[in-house]
Amino acid sequence: MKDQKESKKYNNSFLNWIEFRLPIISYFEREYGDYPMPKNCNYFWSFGALATITLIVMIVSGIFLAMNYTPHTDLAFDSVERIMRDVNYGWLLRYIHSNGAAFFFIVVYIHILRGMYYGSYKYPRELNWILGVFIYLLMMATSFMGYVLPWGQMSYWGATVITNLFSAIPIIGEGLKTWLLGDYTVGNATLNRFFALHYVLPFVILGVVGLHVAAVHVHGSNNPSGIDIKSKNDTVKFFPYMVIKDTIALCVFGVLISAVIFFGPNLMAEVDNYIPADPLVTPAHIVPNWYLAPFYAILRAVPDKLGGVVLMFGAIAILFVLPWLDNSKVRSCNFRPLYKWFMMLFFVNFFVLGYVGMLPAEGTYLLIARIGLVYYFGFFLIITPFITRFEKPKSLPASISDVYLSSAK
Amino acid sequence: MTEVKKNKRRDFLQLSSITIGAVGTAAFIWPFLKSMNPAEDTLALGTTEVDISDIQEGQSITVKWRGKPVFIRKRTQDEINLAKKVDLKVLKDPQADSKRVKKEEWLVLVGVCTHLGCVPLGQKLTDSKGEYDGWYCPCHGSHYDTSGRIRKGPAPTNLAVPPYSFLNDSTIKIG
Repeated sequence: MKDQKESKKYNNSFLNWIEFRLPIISYFEREYGDYPMPKNCNYFWSFGALATITLIVMIVSGIFLAMNYTPHTDLAFDSVERIMRDVNYGWLLRYIHSNGAAFFFIVVYIHILRGMYYGSYKYPRELNWILGVFIYLLMMATSFMGYVLPWGQMSYWGATVITNLFSAIPIIGEGLKTWLLGDYTVGNATLNRFFALHYVLPFVILGVVGLHVAAVHVHGSNNPSGIDIKSKNDTVKFFPYMVIKDTIALCVFGVLISAVIFFGPNLMAEVDNYIPADPLVTPAHIVPNWYLAPFYAILRAVPDKLGGVVLMFGAIAILFVLPWLDNSKVRSCNFRPLYKWFMMLFFVNFFVLGYVGMLPAEGTYLLIARIGLVYYFGFFLIITPFITRFEKPKSLPASISDVYLSSAK
Repeated sequence: MTEVKKNKRRDFLQLSSITIGAVGTAAFIWPFLKSMNPAEDTLALGTTEVDISDIQEGQSITVKWRGKPVFIRKRTQDEINLAKKVDLKVLKDPQADSKRVKKEEWLVLVGVCTHLGCVPLGQKLTDSKGEYDGWYCPCHGSHYDTSGRIRKGPAPTNLAVPPYSFLNDSTIKIG
């Protein structure tokens, strides 16, 4: 190959040296400096950045926790207590990590709901949405395995219930469960492998996040009016406009998460998990973490083992095909007078499912869970595909810059 | 060589290399997958011997076998009669009481709910025994009768009976 002349793009000769050999400087300039963001994006567009930062915080705090944690059934619980009492700032590391997981889900849920409300999953961003659902799945698996590590009562019985879900699969189920556990019950083999996987999966998530971001940068970000970027007037540069905006969002987020870490670190924890795991005694209520509770509610709403498991996994799997269930050409719910309210109801319903998922499955709670289950699937399988026959979308604005100017008045 | 012959040869080579490659990859993956199954020392934790001479009529004890709780209950005559007179047609997992015990008064069960693996209540005198006077799983509300059979709730099958034998009148060997 013919030698190219080293370009003198930058004033700094070191940057030029790097750029000639590995053009990452221009890559970052293009993707995080000049990258055009729609002018009208609101603060909901900051949650992707918040999620990425939270992921980094989780990985860093997790690595430092792992330096003091012992993945053995006889030692795990005590090693966590040692982190809390004896390790310097161990309590802080652990509270950052445990509450960080909860806030990671809060941020990601808002990010997902934003994507649903403003139709960010539609053409040409379907693959982006699919990668996002993968991230969500990986997050659920990772947080579940992380929850097992302290080896308290809730860890042990949560692991028992969730791994038993696989035994509902006909024929291969029982063998699959034993293979996953490495034992006939949740035991040392299980704890060990969960630790190994809990350590590595966040890095896999980081990789998929890279693809997720790269994919959204191909066609650019969606925006609250859901219309395409048509000219330079529609956009602002990522730096400094979005960087500053995301920084403000991060400050607010930092205040909220710090308030919980320092003043209510156990608000979202289950007291039973401060009792060491006992394979002979099941706690009266096995409560999942709130961020997985909607799916747990679906599982319990069905009076049949296999049926419950199928619907629970189905509730997650159906997210993958959302871009093909919704055939409306209008992206943003701001211009869909009917669907907008069904969408809002879906969010409320998801929240209600989570709430009843943490309460005992009997009486009224069970009834609410069943109604919630019907709406969850009804929303995806009936309302979303067929509403376009009845709904007259409002007329879309001519351009993003028009929206921007009219809202500035 | 003609063009057709050449192409056929090319196809064959391609197909056979892909096949060999796939078989090789599968053979390589197998030990990794297999390593996740229970290890030999786990499998070796086979049997537990239990002294049952102290157990009074109507009393239950819980012992650990392969990491799981095993319930041993010395049933009262009422409980035995209750278990026997049930019409098999009303059962979700039909099984006669006589098929589930070796000696009528001794009921030996794996104390793991067949729904999602919780330990059912009913061992302690103060526990709720459920609507059929056997065991009750608090996690998702399965009721078991005095033979450990599922009567109500999401569990698909009866509580399992582990392999066991009476070494003599006062000792049971489980496993």
